[in-house]
Amino acid sequence: MITARYIKENYVRRLPSAFCPGCGDGQILNAIIRAIDHLKIDRKDIAAVSGIGCSAWIPSPYLRVDSLHTTHGRPIAFATGLKVANPRLKVIVVSGDGDATGIGGNHLLHAARSNVGITVIMVNNGLYAMTGGQVAPTTPHEAKTTTTPYGNPAFSLDVSRVVAAAGASYVARWTTWHMNQLIRSIEKAIMKKGFSFIEVLSQCPTYEGRMLNMDHIEMLEWFRKNFREDAEGIYKIGEFVDIEKPELTEELEKMIERVRR
Amino acid sequence: MINPGEYFVEGDVAAAYGAIRAGCLFFAGYPITPASEITQAMAELLPRVGGKFLQMEDEIASISAIIGASWAGLKSMTATSGPGFSLMQENIGYAAMTETPIVIIDVQRAGPAIGQASRPAQGDVMQSRFGSHGDYETIVLSPNSVQEMFDLTVKAFNLSEIYRVPVIILSDAEVGHMMERLVVPERIEIVNRKIASNFQETMAYGENLVSAMGRFGDGLELMITGSTHRPDGTRDTGTPEVQENLVRRLVNKIEKNRSSIEEWEELYTEDAEILVISHGASSRPSKGAVIRARKEGIRAGFLRPRVLWPSPERRMIELDSRVKRVILPEMSLRGYRMELERIFHRKVDHLPKVGGVVPTVDEIFTKIRSASL
Repeated sequence: MITARYIKENYVRRLPSAFCPGCGDGQILNAIIRAIDHLKIDRKDIAAVSGIGCSAWIPSPYLRVDSLHTTHGRPIAFATGLKVANPRLKVIVVSGDGDATGIGGNHLLHAARSNVGITVIMVNNGLYAMTGGQVAPTTPHEAKTTTTPYGNPAFSLDVSRVVAAAGASYVARWTTWHMNQLIRSIEKAIMKKGFSFIEVLSQCPTYEGRMLNMDHIEMLEWFRKNFREDAEGIYKIGEFVDIEKPELTEELEKMIERVRR
Repeated sequence: MINPGEYFVEGDVAAAYGAIRAGCLFFAGYPITPASEITQAMAELLPRVGGKFLQMEDEIASISAIIGASWAGLKSMTATSGPGFSLMQENIGYAAMTETPIVIIDVQRAGPAIGQASRPAQGDVMQSRFGSHGDYETIVLSPNSVQEMFDLTVKAFNLSEIYRVPVIILSDAEVGHMMERLVVPERIEIVNRKIASNFQETMAYGENLVSAMGRFGDGLELMITGSTHRPDGTRDTGTPEVQENLVRRLVNKIEKNRSSIEEWEELYTEDAEILVISHGASSRPSKGAVIRARKEGIRAGFLRPRVLWPSPERRMIELDSRVKRVILPEMSLRGYRMELERIFHRKVDHLPKVGGVVPTVDEIFTKIRSASL
């Protein structure tokens, strides 16, 4: 049985966390740890890479593995270098929606395209939370944020669909309501040879909740009601891509072998 | 691979040869004139020595990838020019803050902005030292020949491994694209970083203020962050002493070791009244002009920093008492001027050339002669 004490003693550097009460980041940390534990991977074979934002703090400082806390938007590029330099490592990027699709969107597209064997867990709370609740590429049309006080005039990005189109080997979307599915999905993503991507809709009670006049329980309820496998667009959850195809680091190794022969 | 012997290659290719001989096993880059030849040479050479080459989506990704690869334990490099070098600045600061050894070659072209893509310039001198935000130190090397593209690339790797800093090779389109003889020597001094065998060693700073470097995958549970952090990697952005101790050490590890980092060439300086200081491609006609001035009886001397930052400050101060005029020919309106005026406490006779062309011996000689009158 995985108890809270077991998790704390084996996988967490320090507690309590700095996350706001009701934040989904603690749940996602929990899900990542449970997936690693189920897979029985040695912690020294895992490297966690993150950028800037609340979700970047899930691995750094909390997850007890080698962790690289990088510049805003760039964790996927750092992770690509790390993975290619040492293909033995299971490299997990934890990034936010702003980090992965705003400032760092280019790197996300190209990591999916080149099918580098890293896992990206994108925590999507629909805004920039750490800096005070500003509008993000994932903020719904007409939603109010601190930089769209009269509503968002722009439209949101369906990130999972874009990553699937870019060529990822595994793409799934869940919410923090769907913890069991999320854990199974992270396990599959870590073991997937090619580029794997999981989008997790997560509640930000501090900024999103304030704008929507909801607490974290109400937000989870809202996830439960609206995000379904038979829903449309951004509300559709489940596994969207699960295929096997040649992976970048393996292709590189093969090429090196060919050249040196 | 790159056996000892003689080669006839362009500067960019010589830099790639130097990287391979220095033990570089990872390169990530993005095409840009006039640095593309380095990237192409690395794409060809690295697989042959079992190394990894990646062409990334942009220069930001390139420098990010080499920092990641360096934490996996590989000697890593990227190469670019002005516009790409500007994009890399944030992560140069990140490498300095996280003490990640990396080598960056900036083959300077004329700016600002897109400027003259294939013409040489020396306008990135200050950027190479101060381009990223906050207080930090880097080491910047200045080759002026194909041979030095090789030699200083080896040196750049050695310095980055010793001091755990980003080291920048500030070349230019003239040196990068010129063809000359290259001699790859039999014996080359190679320095490898000290890899920490336990976590304690990552916090044990030697006399040179540098600690052994951890490596991802070794089970040390490293916590690397660009945020202000304690020696064990714990993020602590609220304690003034943590920021002060960290930033002072990052700066002091270069400042206190500068005598073992500084390197320069000098000629006729013992009785020089007119001192010509120059770097990179401009230093070649500068030296020629000084030799010509000597033939005409003018007491001219020549000093060329091979390491631009930290500058050979102490040597310049020694020469200051005898020297009446300091002339600085370079391909920039600002370049190295502020640094020289800071050291000499007086106005330097600046001879800037900004057309994307190297100054000539005639131009520099004329300046020396008029200064001698």
